[in-house]
Amino acid sequence: MVVDAAETKPLSFQDMILTLHNYWSARGCAVLQPYDMRVGAGTFHPATTLRSLGPEPWNVAYVQPSRRPTDGRYGENPNRLQHYYQYQVILKPSPADLQEQYLGSLAAIGIDPLLHDIRFVEDDWESPTLGAWGLGWEVWCDGMEVTQFTYFQQMGGFDCKPVAGELTYGLERLAMYIQGVDNVYDLRFSDPVGDVPGLSYGDVFLENERQFSKWNFEVADTDSLFAGFRAAEAECQRAIDAGVPLAAYDQAIEASHLFNLLQARGVISVQERANYMARVRDLAKGSCKAWIDSQSDSWTAKYPGWTL
Amino acid sequence: MTDFLLELRSEEIPARMQAGARAELDKLFRAQMAAAGVPVGDLTIWSTPRRLALIAKGLPDATAAVSEEIKGPRTSAPPQALEGFLRKTGLTQDLLEDRDGVYFAVIDRPGRATADVLAEAIPAIVRAFAWPKSMRWGRESASSESLRWVRPLSGIVAIFGEDLVPCEIGGIASGFVTRGHRFHCPGEITIGSASDYAEKLRACHVIVDHEERQNMIRGGAAKAAADAGLSLVEDDGLVIENAGLAEWPVPLLGRFDEAFLEVPPEVIQLTARVNQKYFVVNGPDGKLANGFVCTANIDATDGGAEIVAGNRKVLAARLSDARFFWEQDRKTRLADHAKKLDRITFHEKLGTVADKVERVAKLAEWLAHEGIVPNCDPTLARQAAELAKADLVTEMVGEFPELQGLMGGYYARAEGLPDAVADAIRDHYKPVGQGDDVPTAPVTVAVALADKLDVFTQFFVLIDEAPTGSKDPFALRRAALGVIAIIIRNGLRFRLEQVLLKAVEDDLDKFGVVWEGDTEKKLAAFFADRLKVQQREAGVRHDLIDAVFALGGEDDLVRLLARVKALQAFMATEDGTNLLAGYKRAANILKQAGKDTVIPAEVGIAGDGAPKVAAPAFAGATDVDKALLTALDAAEPAAAAAVADERFTDAMAALASLRAPIDAFFDGVMVNDPDPAVRACRLGLLARFTGAVHGVADFSKIEG
Repeated sequence: MVVDAAETKPLSFQDMILTLHNYWSARGCAVLQPYDMRVGAGTFHPATTLRSLGPEPWNVAYVQPSRRPTDGRYGENPNRLQHYYQYQVILKPSPADLQEQYLGSLAAIGIDPLLHDIRFVEDDWESPTLGAWGLGWEVWCDGMEVTQFTYFQQMGGFDCKPVAGELTYGLERLAMYIQGVDNVYDLRFSDPVGDVPGLSYGDVFLENERQFSKWNFEVADTDSLFAGFRAAEAECQRAIDAGVPLAAYDQAIEASHLFNLLQARGVISVQERANYMARVRDLAKGSCKAWIDSQSDSWTAKYPGWTL
Repeated sequence: MTDFLLELRSEEIPARMQAGARAELDKLFRAQMAAAGVPVGDLTIWSTPRRLALIAKGLPDATAAVSEEIKGPRTSAPPQALEGFLRKTGLTQDLLEDRDGVYFAVIDRPGRATADVLAEAIPAIVRAFAWPKSMRWGRESASSESLRWVRPLSGIVAIFGEDLVPCEIGGIASGFVTRGHRFHCPGEITIGSASDYAEKLRACHVIVDHEERQNMIRGGAAKAAADAGLSLVEDDGLVIENAGLAEWPVPLLGRFDEAFLEVPPEVIQLTARVNQKYFVVNGPDGKLANGFVCTANIDATDGGAEIVAGNRKVLAARLSDARFFWEQDRKTRLADHAKKLDRITFHEKLGTVADKVERVAKLAEWLAHEGIVPNCDPTLARQAAELAKADLVTEMVGEFPELQGLMGGYYARAEGLPDAVADAIRDHYKPVGQGDDVPTAPVTVAVALADKLDVFTQFFVLIDEAPTGSKDPFALRRAALGVIAIIIRNGLRFRLEQVLLKAVEDDLDKFGVVWEGDTEKKLAAFFADRLKVQQREAGVRHDLIDAVFALGGEDDLVRLLARVKALQAFMATEDGTNLLAGYKRAANILKQAGKDTVIPAEVGIAGDGAPKVAAPAFAGATDVDKALLTALDAAEPAAAAAVADERFTDAMAALASLRAPIDAFFDGVMVNDPDPAVRACRLGLLARFTGAVHGVADFSKIEG
């Protein structure tokens, strides 16, 4: 797909995704599909969390639906959603021209860097529930944060060797920016073709936001959520003991999301909050450790000299 | 003499780290050159978001040859001494010189080419560079030993004269090539020497001198505002931050919807500054106007219209949030917000914020009731204290913690509470530091004082968290300074120790703490130290504060400071300095005489301030002795009465009347008279003299 920003109308939401897929695919990335679990961010996808560990090259791009129950606003806020999309790119090891590649992707979706002010503003990323941190920036376009740009230093408490570069685009805000729209529900999701009408973001998601906001904040049964958290915690440990870290990590993701729902239901006190986060972190770290243990023989065989 | 240019180019360096990085580069370069014997004059060090640059002008082309002479053992010394010396110098015996029976080693070090020194120094500097946070990156980061830098290091330019200084760090080799502005001139630029560096970059849309960029922002932002009939609200922190975010700064003015101005101006300014790094502007009326200045990093092809439109949209979204908080928070009365404070832990040992609020309310009410804070309605003091922390649970303060107090004041006024209460809520954190406004409105004074007394005593007395060295995690020094400033500024008269006890007495049993003499001593010493710090700026001498504190029992800070100030004025006079000299001489003589000297009763010893009955002159007294006695008889009661009435200048005048008699005494008589009885009497006179002086201040603590 060739896009000339000056002459075409701004990309629809789905064309922006397709453009990014093509762009990163052409740069050697495998285009993966979203992970089939409820997660708070693209970073939780095992293609980022687990695969950023170890010496093997790993270059992937994917869209990840992300759920943040406490951000729900019943469809009434033009910017806030409890379900939205992140576009995630992981390049391991981080290439020397990562910034240039990233800026190329902005140009591809129609942002002219001599018309718009692109800035790299310090933002050190940290995920307490994943035991992960990295250094990088939030990328500003005319004062708006459009991407989180991070060089992973640690994941699950382990050094990233080598370091992976992570790009996380906030797709809705980027699309709102490109389309010049002030309300997320007004975004053109798809364009009309022939007599088939295009859809707006609101056509697709407004009712979801209303119902899920209600469920997250008011309906979800907290006893079941607590029970689910405990079950996931126990199952994670069983899976670690059984030597299947990928399955264990699924349970860590599950526990993390149930914790987020419990937060939205307002049943976790300030004091308990830190405790729950520490329990989720332990699951994530345990899964990462088990993943490393299961792979390290093959890693050291293929990459002599590599150490944890 | 040759100029040297070093550029370390990287991905964007956080703005807040650039000043520190310049200092670090200066320090490390000088250290490397000093170690190699290369003299360094002025260094020019610049930073942009993407580069650190150093220019050292006029370096020598080579270091001087050095000849070092080391003295060794005597030739007659045992062989072990010689062996040791040879080991130390790395020489053999035949290379030593024998000078009059002593071995000397002469070590010649030839000069080195400065270019070689630099080639070694650059990697050493990069490796030793201390960033607040650093990272690994790229293929090399598969090893833990890979190079660390603040963000990936992408290039090194190192030119001595016009020659390359060849070096390599972490796979990056030095060269002549750098890059210009990320968007305007992304291609390669070849630098010839230090002299064309800045101009070549300028031609490629990079202003490498950070101060020049700062000036561009200062001037450009002010002009953008002025062109629209507005005036820039200056903010140097923002100037420096924006200069650290742009290589080609272009300030642009934008406007936002006037309707947002209903939100308090502090909120708008904070939102603009903290979240977006924008300047705000005032209208012709001096009030905040609906404008902002953002600093772009490009000369936009459309003159910046799109950039301004985008930034306006982002700011509008932020201000919508702020307005939402502002509206939402006001739907709940402060008294109802305050009820949620029992969910916030103040300190794990000291209960919740709600507990603290109740303590402060009780104390503020008491301070008003007792008249310690004069003209203060105790009911208003209690009300203000009960609401003072309520804004901590509002949405606005949750988003902008630095607005605590201020928002509470706005919300109090909006719900129609008395101005005195709203002002007290707004200002009760003051003074926050030296130079901050000190409250004077009575209700504010009561709440501010109670708040600080509470923090201080809870930590200091109950859980023994007194500050040590540089550690003061609960900011108790600041709390004590605040207490002192409020007392002095308002002339509040009270015994500090009694009030400190009052602040904490209800909780002593619960914590098993006994309030005893030692507690008071520690508190007095702590406050004396803070008072010295607090008064240093006002030019009050710390030794004079000690001289009054040393008398003990004085913890009325207003009275204490009045005495110190009178003393300082006195010490600036000729009478004062001479009296101090006389005092020191007397004290020395008494010290030499020792404690066993028997002093006849009729001479008496003053010092307790009680008036003395005029003592008859002793047998053998000269006119000089008698004159001193008479002067003491007059001065003692005069000084004591003046001190009792807090007429400290008069007390100093009473002391001044002793100066001539004591000078005459030292000139006219010999203390150590051959007649032991006379000697004893004269020592007694001196003791009375020093005692009289002590009635006003402990002169032994005074320097000079």
